[in-house]
Amino acid sequence: MFGVTQLAYIVASALFIFALHWMNTPPTARRGVWAGVAATTIAVVFTWAQPGISHHVWIVLAIAAGFLVGVPLSRVPLTAVPQRTALSHAFGGAAAGLVGAAEFYLGRMEGPEHLSTFRMIALLAEVLLGFLTLTGSLMAAGKLQELKWVPQRPVTYPFQNVVNLSLFVVALGLAVALVLHPGATWGPLVFSAIIVLSLMFGVLLIIPIGGADMPTVIAILNAYAGLSAVAMGFVLDNKLLITAGALDGSSGLILAIIMCKAMNRSFANVLFGAFGQVQQVKAGTEEKVYKSETPEGAAQALEQANFVVIIPGYGMAVAQAQHKVRELYDQLIKRGIKVKFAIHPVAGRMPGHMNVLLAEADIPYTDLVEMDEINPDMPQVDVALVVGANDVVNPAARTDKTSPIYGMPIIDADKARSVFAIKRSKNPGFAGIDNALYFADATWMLFGDAKAVIGELVKNLAGGSGMH
Amino acid sequence: MTSEMWSTLFVFVLASFIGLGVIRRVSRLLHTPLMSLTNAISAIAVVGAIIVTGSDAPVWIRVLGAVALFASTTNIVSGFLITDRMLKMFKTVEKPPANRDDKRDVTGGQA
Repeated sequence: MFGVTQLAYIVASALFIFALHWMNTPPTARRGVWAGVAATTIAVVFTWAQPGISHHVWIVLAIAAGFLVGVPLSRVPLTAVPQRTALSHAFGGAAAGLVGAAEFYLGRMEGPEHLSTFRMIALLAEVLLGFLTLTGSLMAAGKLQELKWVPQRPVTYPFQNVVNLSLFVVALGLAVALVLHPGATWGPLVFSAIIVLSLMFGVLLIIPIGGADMPTVIAILNAYAGLSAVAMGFVLDNKLLITAGALDGSSGLILAIIMCKAMNRSFANVLFGAFGQVQQVKAGTEEKVYKSETPEGAAQALEQANFVVIIPGYGMAVAQAQHKVRELYDQLIKRGIKVKFAIHPVAGRMPGHMNVLLAEADIPYTDLVEMDEINPDMPQVDVALVVGANDVVNPAARTDKTSPIYGMPIIDADKARSVFAIKRSKNPGFAGIDNALYFADATWMLFGDAKAVIGELVKNLAGGSGMH
Repeated sequence: MTSEMWSTLFVFVLASFIGLGVIRRVSRLLHTPLMSLTNAISAIAVVGAIIVTGSDAPVWIRVLGAVALFASTTNIVSGFLITDRMLKMFKTVEKPPANRDDKRDVTGGQA
């Protein structure tokens, strides 16, 4: 039986690798989901069939409950996908932490010789990462869902990093003591203390982080959830867990690196930098003026363009404007105007967020262009239409050394022949920074809700042309 | 450390390299579905949860396992379903081939 189970695990591991491999292009991606489903099913069935597994009613009930919650969770609107993702990182963390705790007490019952140094280190890593991911992801999900009791702006206090570091040293000390004496009578007490500290870390790590950094943080939590599964694999001596966890961990790591590069920041800076706090200094130095434009005027400019680039940001998601954007796209395409979407890697609240929203609105993915590919073409663009994006088109990132976003790669909207920017209000964006693009000579502002403004644009375009 | 432990470390290192290699090639268009897919994949912790829940351990330990099993199953079910739901939305031009040729001309001229 042992051999059969191991063989099944090898097959499942291979299927997981194929699942991720098939994600490399959209046409094969759905095959990847089926490979993943097959791998998980195989793993569950062969684990369940092992001798020594009894209490089948418990297993059936827990799995049934998982289906009851999981199915509705998969039906959330796509604008809520970042929250859902954060929530599922929390679930993953909880699972790892709980299994880790169970294994610790089981090990103590079987006798301390079962808790070797190696297993104890893995077990504590599992518990620490698991519970930290649980509370950290819950905080992140709360921030993304904009729950009232979760602070939106970064929370900082004096000596924040010193406090966090000292707590970490305490936790490390406790962990070392427990690794050396897993069977000691004070074991459970110290173990509980480590769990409490882990839960605290999760909260402390997330509260100083602002909304603009959420894509990076979600990716990092993704990596933590993966690593906690790896640690579980070490504890249970299960190579399938190690493989799947390592795949998840490297995915989170790569996404986090891409996000950091797209903001020109380091991991350390994202985690300990408290972005978006210190921008009040420069306010009020000079009174700048926006030029506003009416939807009629903007529609005219769009009609006369040959090449239009639409730059979506989180504002598009908030306004649920993607379907109206699609109507605008149709109107422009109908006139033979070339339309592309310029996607910044950190636009939105998680990696790839904009692509999913635009795909939902049936915009062909071949028209979604990455920042690096679109930037050389920007000088040829007649109209750049900014829909609820802010920091990712702020030219201060190129020019203003004092700006907190200096050095961050941006979409060069300011190089287009003309720019129309849709913005809900005159407040600065999530990062709390003034945007020089809005005051540029070739920029006109369209103030209002993104969905309403684009609706107006579509109406004007549709009215102007004698349908068909 | 026993040889068994070394071999698990070996698996971890090699799997990480495979992961880095495979994930680097994932289309940037698909980073959101990638994240929900890896969510579901890392819910393979379900294996550990089944082992604990189905064991002959005292009830309160099996309760921990059952909660973990519930959490993992939630991630598996919602992760795979939402990934598939999102991937279904990624389409090229859905109109007949004539239109598609048009488009290719435009992009071809651009590049």
